[in-house]
Amino acid sequence: MPVPFTPPPLPSDDKRWKIVNGTMRKNGFARYALIETLHTVQSSFGYLDDDSIRFVANSLRVPLSQAYGVVTFYHYFSLKPPGKHTLTICSGTACYIKGSDKLVAAAEKRLGIAPGQTTGDGKISLMTARCVGACSRAPVMLADGEVAGEMSGEHMLEQLERWAVE
Amino acid sequence: MTIEELDQIALSVRQENAKYDYEVNVCMDLACASQGAGQLRDELVKAVEASGKKVLVRRTGCMGPCSSGPLVRVDPEETHYHHVTAGHAEAIVANLGGKPVPDLQCDLNDHFDSQVRVVLENAGHIDPEKIDDYISRDGYKALLTVLTEMTPNGVIHRITESGLRGRGGGGYPTGLKWSTVAKATGDVKYVVCNGDEGDPGAFMDRSVMEGDPHRVIEGMAIAAYAVGASKGYIYVRAEYPVAVARLTTALREARRRGLLGNGLCGTPFSFDVEIRLGAGAFVCGEETALIASIEGRRGTPKPRPPYPAVSGLWGKPTLINNVETYANIAPIVRNGGKWFANMGSERSKGTKVFALTGKITNTGLVEVPMGIKLREIIEVIGGGVPGGHTFKAVQTGGPSGGCIPAEMLDLGVSYDALMKVGSIMGSGGMIVMDDTSCMVNVARFFVEFCMTESCGKCIPCRAGTAQMFTLLTRICNGVGTMDDLALLEDLCATVKETSLCGLGQTAPNPVLSTLKYFRDEYIEHIVHKRCPAGVCNIQAPVEVLA
Repeated sequence: MPVPFTPPPLPSDDKRWKIVNGTMRKNGFARYALIETLHTVQSSFGYLDDDSIRFVANSLRVPLSQAYGVVTFYHYFSLKPPGKHTLTICSGTACYIKGSDKLVAAAEKRLGIAPGQTTGDGKISLMTARCVGACSRAPVMLADGEVAGEMSGEHMLEQLERWAVE
Repeated sequence: MTIEELDQIALSVRQENAKYDYEVNVCMDLACASQGAGQLRDELVKAVEASGKKVLVRRTGCMGPCSSGPLVRVDPEETHYHHVTAGHAEAIVANLGGKPVPDLQCDLNDHFDSQVRVVLENAGHIDPEKIDDYISRDGYKALLTVLTEMTPNGVIHRITESGLRGRGGGGYPTGLKWSTVAKATGDVKYVVCNGDEGDPGAFMDRSVMEGDPHRVIEGMAIAAYAVGASKGYIYVRAEYPVAVARLTTALREARRRGLLGNGLCGTPFSFDVEIRLGAGAFVCGEETALIASIEGRRGTPKPRPPYPAVSGLWGKPTLINNVETYANIAPIVRNGGKWFANMGSERSKGTKVFALTGKITNTGLVEVPMGIKLREIIEVIGGGVPGGHTFKAVQTGGPSGGCIPAEMLDLGVSYDALMKVGSIMGSGGMIVMDDTSCMVNVARFFVEFCMTESCGKCIPCRAGTAQMFTLLTRICNGVGTMDDLALLEDLCATVKETSLCGLGQTAPNPVLSTLKYFRDEYIEHIVHKRCPAGVCNIQAPVEVLA
């Protein structure tokens, strides 16, 4: 007789774990729900840490190596907590042709960090995106997810200043 | 739900709309929304209330000419207003019935006249979150006709007759794909919609999913009936949150209306759709990688055969088509295969949606009949290159495509013609470059993209793209040699011939096509250490003073 599977207990009484668990329950704790569940973790907690990956892997009976493999394979998943604000510069082809590389260089210079990093004070994360689909308004940046098109270096730096003095 | 009930809904929507004297349609697609179209709509609603006029303010999907956004179209006059802000709302409402607001009115006749709208027929005319709007424009009629009057083979025959080819870029005949899945043995089959639009610089599928989501669902349901599937998945990029939200709403509405679920229209046919989110991997546009991703694994491709049509999702026969392919299905069923086959060129039928971007006046979405000349798309519909610059090349097919030079602008757009000149149709990205774009740099950009997006499974792609990138970087930096160029060409051939999946096999295309048409730019970088477009940062060689 196979022993019926009991999912592990929630890591803490943080309510967000219930949301994560909800996604898994909705999918009958099936292995294929791994990516779905990781999306829920990231949207609830902002990023994926060891504890959350371990919890999801154990709940779905996926080997830890496989769960970590999935997390690192997909660009959308982040293993580091994001800063208070996130500046994302689109580097799709249309944006590139219209000079998004110069925007990235200017942001790097101003913040002193490379794309994918967060400033030391935890205020601003700098990211690049493959393409957000707003190509007709290239070059595009996202300030905390809000799309702003036909971006100039000046406008972008103004936004960074506003965040910096908050 | 029966066809009569469907007609009844359509009639009541039309009666409701007839109560209004005017319709003010506000484009709320990403480009317009990012410029305040949401606020504009709110102000329009307020202005209408204050005026006491009978006006319907409608939120719509992408109207097309994004560079004129935020866009408003007033019906029945079909007056277009461009660059509208919330401050213009009162004037627009005040002028209804009189002369159009002079400063805002724009003439988009040149832009629209050469276009033929099949996939985008509802774009700008319906509220994407209202299923009844879709039904009022013959929505779901094709599905109900198919279920009550046609056999699965009859449907496949009609699709085959239409000559529709896969709009994801490969151009595989859709009817043939459907019949392969239909013939495959197995009691469980799946239909999958590929909405992973990974081509950076293209947004057709996003606009269709956001602007007319029911069209995709209807296409999938018809496909499911034809191949004998009862479960569907739409795989959407996580970067498109609005598309996910619109599709979720659309699925809920369709279920509520009995257009999805068990025993549709009193027939034994059952079908439902689930959404699966991508997570930012270009390779997941490849069908076997997409399947791996839906199954919750890393998106690495598998050798084919077996093709997904025989052994796909969870080892079952699976039909995978692109968003735009499904979007073509309902009109083909409604109007007949011959109607569709009458549009387009010899071996490429129907229309194609392109995302026209880059150095061009009218950026946005266009839908043109196959066979149309590139020149017409760029100069007439697109309005040419702005700012006194000259056209240099147009890039189609994204990282898998190539750059087409000015002397080939009279080429008719079709799968075969584009392939012949070293590019591909691709999913529909069309990026225009002018004299300020360096073609070596563009090739390097695409190779860098493929290098980062390579899943790492096969060596030619994983190591080959990295070496190509190193060589191209050397050339861009002015330290490349003619030997590097020879090595690059050799490497391109190897990567193309020996990679496992489409990503690697087509990664050299941007390099090969720029080498073919813009070889002098490469030579200029290597021999004269000069970037003709002034893009590459080449350190001037230290001159030795005599």
